[in-house]
Amino acid sequence: MNRYPLWKYLVIAVALLIGGLYSLPNFYGEAPAVQVSSAKPTIRVDLAIQSRVEKILADANINSTGVFFENAGNVGSIKIRFNNTDIQLQARDLIQQKLNVDQNDPNYTVALNLLSNTPGWLNAINALPMPLGLDLRGGVYFLLQVDMKGAVQKKITSLATDIRSQLRDKNIRHQGIDRNQESLSINFGSNDEAESARTLLNTSQPDLVWLVKTSGGTVKLFGEFKPKALQDVQDSAVKQNIITLNKRVNELAVKEPVIQKQGTERIVVQLPGVQDTARAKDIIGRTATLESRLADPVVSSINLGETPPPGMDTFRFGENRLGVFKKSVIFSGDRITDASAGFDQYQRPAVNLSLDAAGARVMQEVTRENIGKPMGMILFEKGKGEVLTIATIQSEFGSKFQITGQPTTESANDLALLLRAGSLAAPMEIIEERTIGPSLGAENIEKGFKSLLIGFAAIAIFMMAYYLLFGTFSVVALAVNLLLLISVLSMLQATLTLPGIAAMALALGMAIDSNVLINERIREELRNGSSPQTAIAVGFDKAWATILDSNVTTLIAGLALLAFGSGPIKGFAVVHCLGILTSMFSAVFFSRGLVNLWYGRNKKVQKLAIGQVWRAQEK
Amino acid sequence: MEFFRIKKDIPFMRHALALNAISLITFLAAVFFLWQNGLHLSIEFTGGTVMEVTYPQTAPLDSIRSKVEKLGYTDTQIQNFGSSRDIMIRLPLQKDAEGKLISSADQSNAVMQALDPATSGAKLQRVEFVGPQVGQELAIDGLKALIFVIIGIVLYLSFRFEWKFALAGIIANLHDIVIILGFFAFFQWEFSLSVLAAVLAVLGYSVNESVVIFDRIRENFRKYRKMNTREIIDNAITSTISRTVITHGSTEMMVLAMLIFGGPTLFYFALALTIGILFGIYSSVFVAAALAMWLGVTREDLIKGDKKPDDNARNDDPNYGARV
Repeated sequence: MNRYPLWKYLVIAVALLIGGLYSLPNFYGEAPAVQVSSAKPTIRVDLAIQSRVEKILADANINSTGVFFENAGNVGSIKIRFNNTDIQLQARDLIQQKLNVDQNDPNYTVALNLLSNTPGWLNAINALPMPLGLDLRGGVYFLLQVDMKGAVQKKITSLATDIRSQLRDKNIRHQGIDRNQESLSINFGSNDEAESARTLLNTSQPDLVWLVKTSGGTVKLFGEFKPKALQDVQDSAVKQNIITLNKRVNELAVKEPVIQKQGTERIVVQLPGVQDTARAKDIIGRTATLESRLADPVVSSINLGETPPPGMDTFRFGENRLGVFKKSVIFSGDRITDASAGFDQYQRPAVNLSLDAAGARVMQEVTRENIGKPMGMILFEKGKGEVLTIATIQSEFGSKFQITGQPTTESANDLALLLRAGSLAAPMEIIEERTIGPSLGAENIEKGFKSLLIGFAAIAIFMMAYYLLFGTFSVVALAVNLLLLISVLSMLQATLTLPGIAAMALALGMAIDSNVLINERIREELRNGSSPQTAIAVGFDKAWATILDSNVTTLIAGLALLAFGSGPIKGFAVVHCLGILTSMFSAVFFSRGLVNLWYGRNKKVQKLAIGQVWRAQEK
Repeated sequence: MEFFRIKKDIPFMRHALALNAISLITFLAAVFFLWQNGLHLSIEFTGGTVMEVTYPQTAPLDSIRSKVEKLGYTDTQIQNFGSSRDIMIRLPLQKDAEGKLISSADQSNAVMQALDPATSGAKLQRVEFVGPQVGQELAIDGLKALIFVIIGIVLYLSFRFEWKFALAGIIANLHDIVIILGFFAFFQWEFSLSVLAAVLAVLGYSVNESVVIFDRIRENFRKYRKMNTREIIDNAITSTISRTVITHGSTEMMVLAMLIFGGPTLFYFALALTIGILFGIYSSVFVAAALAMWLGVTREDLIKGDKKPDDNARNDDPNYGARV
């Protein structure tokens, strides 16, 4: 009766194998590594750079133990792992020297880093160690709130410009456009004009719902955002800010930054290892500015090191060129209301730009006089200019124009992003911040695991002393629980935090309940005179109902924390809930398997090693 | 080994009045201290800045206090944290002349400058800043989580048991929460998010204790037709006490390990769990069962509710519904 069919043992074996494999990476240490990332908004780190780095190392006979390319949030980085810190330092200096043309103004950041020592075959099956939370390794955490009102206002301003020109094109006369919080209203002299404007705008501005309202002789056409359109505006504001943040953070050469959207209008930034909050904040909070200038009509760009024509400004253009520009600025970034990638009439990748009214006026004047001459866009960060593009003025244009000459759609996308980054993104505000020193982090991890181990050892000793062999089975099951919990967390790539370790300890402390229930029940059956085999079968069966009960109530609390908790509590809740689930498997299914394996074969078991079974009737 | 060698049922319910009086007095005291002292909420709920600074030798608290006060901060708290060399500085949300919130980096920089790290050797270990909007949100979310757990457990118990048991179980377990909070109010221990998590986790954990006892009472009603309600409850508590003590003891071993070795960050978390586990046993065993008795649980209440058509076959089994 106490025998599992083969498939149940197979399930256990497979679970143990997977659990073992996926928890394994956590036990490998970290190896020294070098990280190469872009130092400039215009420079991309891609696979071509990777092969260049590999060649540099091969030429110098430096052996690496692995080269990894990562693409996080459209920003690539390369990590190279080495055997020891000597090679790491040597490689860092070499790559820095060979990869950067100008040492004083490097294109690439080459930083020292640590990389998990997990062997390649584990990486190949996606077995990765759990990332450690900031409270365990030190660093800076910011929670930023994106000003959605600002983003919506910006969109409304740009729409107003569009609408004005559309109405002008169709010769519909209006008496001014008012901008409100989340809507527009256009004043008209007559109902007919308003109606014809409504017909026009219904098709040309589908993001808004148009309604004519008459009150006291004035006719107003109201345009309100559709919820979906409003959502899009907010989403793109957050997305754009995340991309900008990614570029900024890359510059800090942080090991593994996390930049994530949280909720609808918040962004989490985690910078492990960064201690200087003031500097991190400065970099994160910095806004890039964009300028549009006319380029030198004779030579719009020169090689690095050549002397520029007198009276001109030069800015870096690509890896080893300089753009030559006039000193006067046509328009600056805050005039740009939108920049998006698209195609021109020949289906070539292009970037569509829209300017506000003031920008359009200046642009019209300048382009009229300079057809056929080059102009460019320069992005300023930290006071240093970086040429994004130089293009020839094809015709006179105003508020909307295209920049063509982009080789790929990807580069058009990039340029649009950079142009938007240079225009004013929706402003952000830091609403939560945590800084944890690295020594405190190390202390936390040590204390957390120490208490986990001591607690586990105490329970193990007690269980084995009190329930003998069955106690040993329980302890093995508890260890399996821990193994499975770690492997599931690693598979999910859940970030391990101190509350997470606490939840792990608590999960073990609570999971032992199931085994106590089973063991007590078996003893009770023996006390009532059941045969050993019956006692095992009945004990497990009857304890199961209670175990389910106890886990349901604990799970209710866990789910509540998961649903409403945030930050540190979420980490606790995830581990808590998963711990309950893994404990059901290990305490009931797995430990029954152990018992069956031990006792199941022998039908004439006389005695179970479950400790003393005391009967009140005896002396 | 067998710890519990009980020959006769222990007459717990004879002392039901006394046990509940103790419970009621503790509960009232907890309510009083909550009302009188209030909870010492962490900045996660109130908003503000917390700094942890470590010194190479014993931290001069008084001089640190006067230095920080010189910066114009009122309502600051400066205290030792973990050891005499570590201090924790709590600053309230501060607004500048224009009514704009001063950022935490500026605050912590100013404080660190005042502490003069070059000569005193002070080292900044941790800064935590929570803006007012986040604090409010966390407080509201915490309340929501608490309400969710209570509703979830009420639903579960009423689905699982007859209403007298459900009501008794809920009263017993909610009074545990108030008692934990009362401890935190009385000692003015810091009530943080992790303490809230501990409170909720322990609530889910100890409700289960009532479930086990109630199950056993139900089973006994069926098994021992001649016993009266009081004897049945006594027998149920007596026969489950071994399991109750051993499970909670094991969990408490783990919690104690965190309390002793987990460092200051886990201390209050483990403390809340300890109080919760101890009172959880007490209230779900003695209080919940006694309340059910006073509410007038009878054999008929339980047997009637069980007669579902598809259960007939299993009703013949003398051990049906039996749970440890």
